[in-house]
Parts: sequence; C-alpha cells; structure tokens
Amino acid sequence: MSKSNVTSSGADHGTLKSYIIGFMLSILLTVIPYYLVVEKSVPTVTLILLVVAFGLVQLLVQLVFFLHLNTKSEKGWNFQSFVFTALVVVILLAGSLWIMYNLRINMMH
Amino acid sequence: MFGKLTWDSIPWDNPLPMGAVAMMVAVVVIIGVLITRAGKWSYLWHEWITSVDHKKIGIMYMLVAFVMMLRGFSDAIMMRLQLAIASGNEGYLPPEHYDQIFTAHGVIMIFFVAMPLVIGLINIVVPQQIGARDVAFPFLNSLSFWLFFVGMALVNISLGVGEFAKTGWLAYPPLSELGTSPGVGVDYYIWSLQIAGVGTLMTGINFFVTIMKMRCPGMTLMRMPIFTWTALFTNILIIAAFPVLTVTLALLALDRYIGTHFFTATAGGDQMMYVNLIWIWGHPEVYILILPAFGVFSEVVSTFSRKKLFGYTSMVYASAVIAILAFSVWLHHFFTMGSGANVNAFFGIATMIISIPTGVKIFNWLFTIFRGRLKINLPIMWTLAFLSTFTIGGMTGVLLSVPGADFLLHNSLFLIAHFHNVIIGGVVFGMFAGYSYWFPKAMGYTLDEKWGKRAFWLWVSGFYLAFIPLYALGFMGMTRRLSHYDPSTGWQPLLLVALSGAVLILFGVLCQVTQLYVSIRDRHINQDVTGDPWDGRTLEWATSSPPANYNFPFTPVVEDRDCFWSEKEKNNGQRPKETREYVDIHMPRNTGAGVIISAFSLVFGFAMIWHIWWLAGLGLLGMFVSFIRRCFETDVDYYIPAAEVEATEKLRVHNV
Amino acid sequence: MSSVAVDTQQHQSDHDHDHEHDESSSTVFGFWIYIMSDCILFATLFATYAVLSSNTFGGPAGHEIFSMPFVLVETFLLLTSSFTYGLAMLAMHKDKSKQVVSWLVVTFILGFGFIGMELYEFHELITEGHSWQTSGFLSAFFGLVATHGLHVSLGLIWMVVMMYSVLRYGLTKQVKTRLTCLSLFWHFLDIVWICVFTVVYLMGAIT
Repeated sequence: MSKSNVTSSGADHGTLKSYIIGFMLSILLTVIPYYLVVEKSVPTVTLILLVVAFGLVQLLVQLVFFLHLNTKSEKGWNFQSFVFTALVVVILLAGSLWIMYNLRINMMH
Repeated sequence: MFGKLTWDSIPWDNPLPMGAVAMMVAVVVIIGVLITRAGKWSYLWHEWITSVDHKKIGIMYMLVAFVMMLRGFSDAIMMRLQLAIASGNEGYLPPEHYDQIFTAHGVIMIFFVAMPLVIGLINIVVPQQIGARDVAFPFLNSLSFWLFFVGMALVNISLGVGEFAKTGWLAYPPLSELGTSPGVGVDYYIWSLQIAGVGTLMTGINFFVTIMKMRCPGMTLMRMPIFTWTALFTNILIIAAFPVLTVTLALLALDRYIGTHFFTATAGGDQMMYVNLIWIWGHPEVYILILPAFGVFSEVVSTFSRKKLFGYTSMVYASAVIAILAFSVWLHHFFTMGSGANVNAFFGIATMIISIPTGVKIFNWLFTIFRGRLKINLPIMWTLAFLSTFTIGGMTGVLLSVPGADFLLHNSLFLIAHFHNVIIGGVVFGMFAGYSYWFPKAMGYTLDEKWGKRAFWLWVSGFYLAFIPLYALGFMGMTRRLSHYDPSTGWQPLLLVALSGAVLILFGVLCQVTQLYVSIRDRHINQDVTGDPWDGRTLEWATSSPPANYNFPFTPVVEDRDCFWSEKEKNNGQRPKETREYVDIHMPRNTGAGVIISAFSLVFGFAMIWHIWWLAGLGLLGMFVSFIRRCFETDVDYYIPAAEVEATEKLRVHNV
Repeated sequence: MSSVAVDTQQHQSDHDHDHEHDESSSTVFGFWIYIMSDCILFATLFATYAVLSSNTFGGPAGHEIFSMPFVLVETFLLLTSSFTYGLAMLAMHKDKSKQVVSWLVVTFILGFGFIGMELYEFHELITEGHSWQTSGFLSAFFGLVATHGLHVSLGLIWMVVMMYSVLRYGLTKQVKTRLTCLSLFWHFLDIVWICVFTVVYLMGAIT
C-alpha cells in the first residue's frame, strides 16, 4: 500500500498519501471518543474501556503514519528500542499503580 | 539581590567544614600556582579541558573519582570515629553535622565516585574494544563530563557556602520538603544531581549509539568483548532509569520552590510516591554500577587464565536478564512501607530470581579459572577478592529479599553491611581491578605492584573488619543514621572493631596514593612499549599505550571473539607487520563549548539554590545561547595527514 | 511493491565522505534513543498523575474545571501541526527549501496557537483559584501538562532556528538531519498529547 522510502539516514519517511491517511485517522480517532465522553450515552465502565482502546489505536496510527516506526529501519534497532521502552513504561506504570493502590488500601483506611 | 545568600551563609564558626574548605582551597591554589609556574595553562586548556578525545575524558573522570573518593572516605572515617566514641555521650560531631556527613557520604560515593569510575572506564576502553576511533558524539561526551563536573563542584561548594542535605542520600519527603528542611541543603542536593544527571543521560545515549553503530567490520554483537556488552547494558539502563530520577527530583524541587503538593504530607500530596519513584531509578542504578564491574572481571579472568572466557553466551544472556530484572524488583527497598503481602511476595520472589543469572556469572568465572594457568597480579587479586566478598554480599541480599526477614532488618546496620558488601566488594573492587588492568593502556606505563599489593591486603582485610561487625550490630538492633547510643546496648566493642577496619582501609587508600606517585615517578622503568603488557585478547591491546588520538591507524577487521589473541597466535605471538599504505584520518576537533555550557550551568545551579533569580535567568540564557552557537559552528573536524600517521606509527614500532 | 529511493545527490557524497553518512544516521538514531528516554520521563509523570488524580483535597476534580470543546480545539491544532510538519518533511525530501520553510511557518503558527491556548487555560484556572498549590491532583495536572507544554515551546524555538538554517544555508545534509530529528520530536509530542488528552481530559471528564 504505502511506499517505504528509506533515506540515507536509515529512518523511513512517508508519502503524501500516508500522511493524509494518518491525519484523517487521527482526527477520526479523536472525535469519536470525544463525543462518546461528552454524550455520556454509554455505561461508565464500557466508556472507559472504549476511550482507552481508541487512545491505543490512535497511538499506533501516530507511530506508524507519522513516526514511521517499522521493524526494518536501522536494522530493526529503532523498533527494538521502542519495544524495550514500552516494556519499561508498562512496568513503571503498572507497578507504580499496583503498589500505590495497595499502599492506599493498607495505610490510608 | 543575592536571594538567600548572605555573609552568614558561610559557617565561619564551624571549625570542621571551615578546615576542610581551607584545605581544599589550599590544594586548588597550590595546583594553580604549580601549573602557572610550569606554564601549562594553555596545554591544559587545549589538550585536556576542551578535549573531545574519549581517552582523555575517561582519564579526567577517573581523576575526579579518585579525588572524590578521598572526600567520601574522610566522611566515612568521621562517622566511624563518631560511632566508636559516642556511647553514652554526644561524640564529637553534633547531630546536624553528622546528618550532613552521612548524606554527603552516600551521595558522593554513588554519584561522584562509583559513577565516574564506571563511566571513566567505559570511556577509555569501549571505543578501543570495538575498533572505533572515537565515540558517536564526541562533543556531547565532553559536555557530559563537564556537567558531571559541575554537579561534583556544587556538592563541594556546599561544604563552605551554606550546608548540605541532612536527609540521607535519597532525600525522602516529607523530611526533604521545605517545612522540615528549610535550609539550602536539599537544594544543593537537587541541583547537583540534576545537572550531573543530564550529563549521565547523555553519556548513556552516546555510548549506546557508539556500541550499536561504530563497531569495526566483522565485530558482530556476539563477538563483542564482555566488557563492551556490560557497558551496553549499563547504558541501556541509564537511558531507561535516569529520566525517572530527573522527574522525581524535579517534582521535589517544584514542591520546594513553587508550593506544589506532589510529596507533601498535606493537601493531597503522597510522600510514598516519591519513595516508589526514586527506587524505580535507584534499583537499576545499582546494576548500572555493577554490570561494568562484571565486565571487568570477565576480561581480567580470561586474560590472566590465558583462556577464552567460559560460557561467553551465557554471560551475555545473564547480563541481559539482570538488566531487565533490574526494573522489576524496586519494591524490595520498601517492603516495610505497607503495600501488603501480595505485593511484597511478588517483589521478594523477583529479587531472589536475580541471584540466578548472577550465580551463572560466578560459575563462569570459576570455570574460566579452572585449569587455567593463573598469573597472580593486581587485577586478578582484586577479582579473587571480589568472588568471595561479593558472594557473601549476594547471600545476605537474598536473606533481605525475604519480606518477613526484611521487616526485622530494614534500615538496620545489617542492610548497611549488605550493600557495602556488594558495592565495595563488587563495584569498587571491580573498578580497582579495571584501574590496574587498563592503567598501562591509558597512561603508557604499568602501576607499581608492590604498593598495589599493600593497598590490596589493607583494603580487603580492612573491609572485612569494618563491615562484618555491622551484620551482628544489625541483629543487635542498631539502626542506620544513628549519631549516638546508650552504653547498655553493648554496641561499642563491635563499633570499635569496625573503626579499626576503617583505619586499615585508610592505610589502603594511602598506599594507593603512594602507588600512583611511585608509578608516575618510575614511569620510564615501567613503560609499556608493546601496548600489550598482559598478553591481552581483545582489540584495545592492539593499539599502542597510550594510544594515538586516532586509536587505530587502520580500521581493524575482526574475524572472531578474542580477535587480537587469535591474530597473535597466527603470527607466533608476534604482532603482524604493517605493510599497508597510510591514509588521512578524519577526527573531531576539540571544542570549548562543553566547558562553557557547563560553566553557565554552574551559575544557573548555584543561583537556583540561593534563589538569585536574575542570575539563574542569566545562567540559563548563557547555556542556551552557547549551545545554539555550538550548533552553528562549522569547523568541527579535521584530517590527520597520512604522513603524520605514518611518522607516529613508525616511532611506535621503533620503540618496541 | 516497495521501492527503495535513494537520494542520488547523497548517494554521490557517500562515496566521498563515508563518515558523514554515518554521522547523520547516528545522529537520527541517537535522537530516537533520546525520544525513548523522554517516553520514560513522561511515563513517570503519567504515573504520578494517575496516583494523585483522586487527591483533590477539597479542591475541584477534573470534570469540574476542564472545558472539553476548548481541549478539542487544542488537540486539533496539534494534530494538524503534526500533519503540516510531515508535509515539510516531504518537501525536504524533494529539496524544495521554500516549501519547507512555508510548511514550517504553518506548523509554527499551529504550535504557537496550541501553546497560547494552553497558557490561557492555565491563566483561567489560576484566576479561578485553582492553582497547583490547591491540591495534589492539581499539582500533578499542572506538572504533566506544563512539561508537555515546555517541550512544545522548546520545539517551537528549535523550529525558528531551523527556518533560519534553511534560509541561510539551504537544505544541506546537516540541516536535513536536524529537520529529521525535529520531526521525530514534534510527532512524539503529538503522541504524548494524545495520551494527555485521553488520560487527563477524557478520563477526567468521565469520572
């Protein structure tokens, strides 16, 4: 679908088409959760899950269409460093929330 | 005009800091006079201060580390002396002074001794081990060093102007908040670590890219020397962990400067979040320090056993596993904070798992030594001392990782004994091994063995005398950071033993100073003309000692692990003759931008500490402008003509 | 059908200066690694926000102070600026320096508009008495959003420097490398904002 143009610097850059697709998608993925939240027509738990899901898809769209993250540039090291960072971010967020939640239960109440 | 800074900020009536400051000023003045009389200022500026040569930057890191070790160690001696005396009396140090000393001791030893030793060795060794002529970003390397230097300078300024933090080395709130620590001590702590931390982060990125992108042809990842591997993991950990420190300290600073409530005890702040965050950085930090030490031992063991390293692949994977597990155990530093059984159990088990890859490494080293023809000299002696000392420290660590046991031992001297056991027995011994191993490479002559061995025996026996009693004292209920105690506790005899150990280490340190002096004095006798004093196996021994600033006249091509060794074997132990035509070599030009930007950062940091807002603004502006100016500089590199390379190389062959 | 288009001019110079080729790719790779560390910096701030977000201490909660249409406009500004920066990059690859500068100007205006709106939002909150001193929640809110804003502001300054560079030196190899780094930075800030939008504003409006 999209041409993969490799610059001499090893990072990929997109085409007009891919930028337009990415832009459209990102607008769409912003507007939908926004209206879901403002209209409040969905039960809260579903709403939270939906908003998070849209956020994650949006993240992927931006990574692929704007940052041109793929498994090939820099012999895959761009991607691998991203995966490692994502792992640390997940550990950091999940660990902190788990620990702090338990602390609150045990210490504050 | 000058914010909180007044004439009374200097503790004139306090003989101890004033004496120390007077001594430091005297030393600086004497060195300054000596340099002026020798007419060496221009040489210093052009060849060292503005240098972007990774070897020179590495040497400067090591130099700062050794000077700071003297300061951190005098803090240690003062504390040991205080505790040996203060049974039933106040001792000779008032509590507020004692609190600054233990804080400064921790901060200095971790940030301004252990870190620069590690980063200094990485600087000197890694580019040579991968067959590169420099690092990926030579200017950033210089900037990193000088930012680190500014952080170090701020800690030392605090001795004479104002005070240092009295909070312990991690400055837990709410104690470190403005209400409970209104002085400038915590601000000194924050800004010195922030500025040095930025430098460290840049070092991490720099060496990560260097190792990933600048390896010579044929040097695949699985052919890299283990020290380079561990340096790679250390840099990954720096990149992933230091941003957390930056944020944590920045939020604490916001609490203190503009009244936010991140970690305050009121208004919805959560001081436990600080503890959580600081250890997300703090635990990987420990592995940032220890992994390169593991790398040093791997190199030393295989060189002096004259065998290739046993279990190279398992060594690499063990390091990788340690690097990842580093991010999943941080809660074991605060089991007692109260997150409950489930959380504690998870992190306790994760902690115990770390002993598996570490054990793999210990066995790899033992099997490398097994049936090797071990040559006993300084690097291998430090390695052998490490093997036993670190194993003891590791085992007490596993004890502490049991949450139930930790509830008993938390913040007791048992803990103090444990982490000194792994940090001195692991990191410091490792750095000493690396120091004596690569000293001839960096300086061109070997270290004096006799004084080195004296230092070794004093250090090792002193270490055991100083720290083993602390395990017992921990069980006897003595907690850390106490400045005096009741005689009925019965702690004093063991504390006296600990003091005697510290005194032995003191003599060890003095022997090291003598060793350096003697080595420099006898440098012509101990000269290393071959560039390969230990019959080494890896690429850094293929260069001359000290290497020319371009390291390698030709980019080496690597065919297997321990490539220098196999090349020598092919040539009957001789270095192969060079027959190729020399070519121009492209090198980065020295620049003063790093030191200038850092000088502005010193102004900025000092002004922030003392709330001198206009000066802080000027400092920040200066940093900004000098950085942008550097970005537009065009004269950043030059070529060494082939003729000059040829002359250098001919001279070297002639000397051999 | 993927084709590899190598800039012929660069291809030529690669033969002459092998190291410069390496330098440029090392710089972009190094900058990517810096972005990764910045990810962790923001993750720490998000963790802090998540932990403190319920600590309103008698002050307002998120849904009481956020103006959602306002935030939506902010989001559109930043998303569009990310797109226009992409167009600047496309122009750069075609070596059209005038077009690059024009798109950079558009991007700058959009980014500046974003920062202006953010400052206005902060100003409104503070004048209504909801400053960062009010509660742990507001500290975390200001801490996270302002750190993003600070990054955007630095990006804007960088953009001005790049416009000057393009006009002064043309699209040299070094300028291209730096434009590529700035593009990574700018798109990355867009992603961070998406997370802020989702976690702080949308989730804040729900509960």
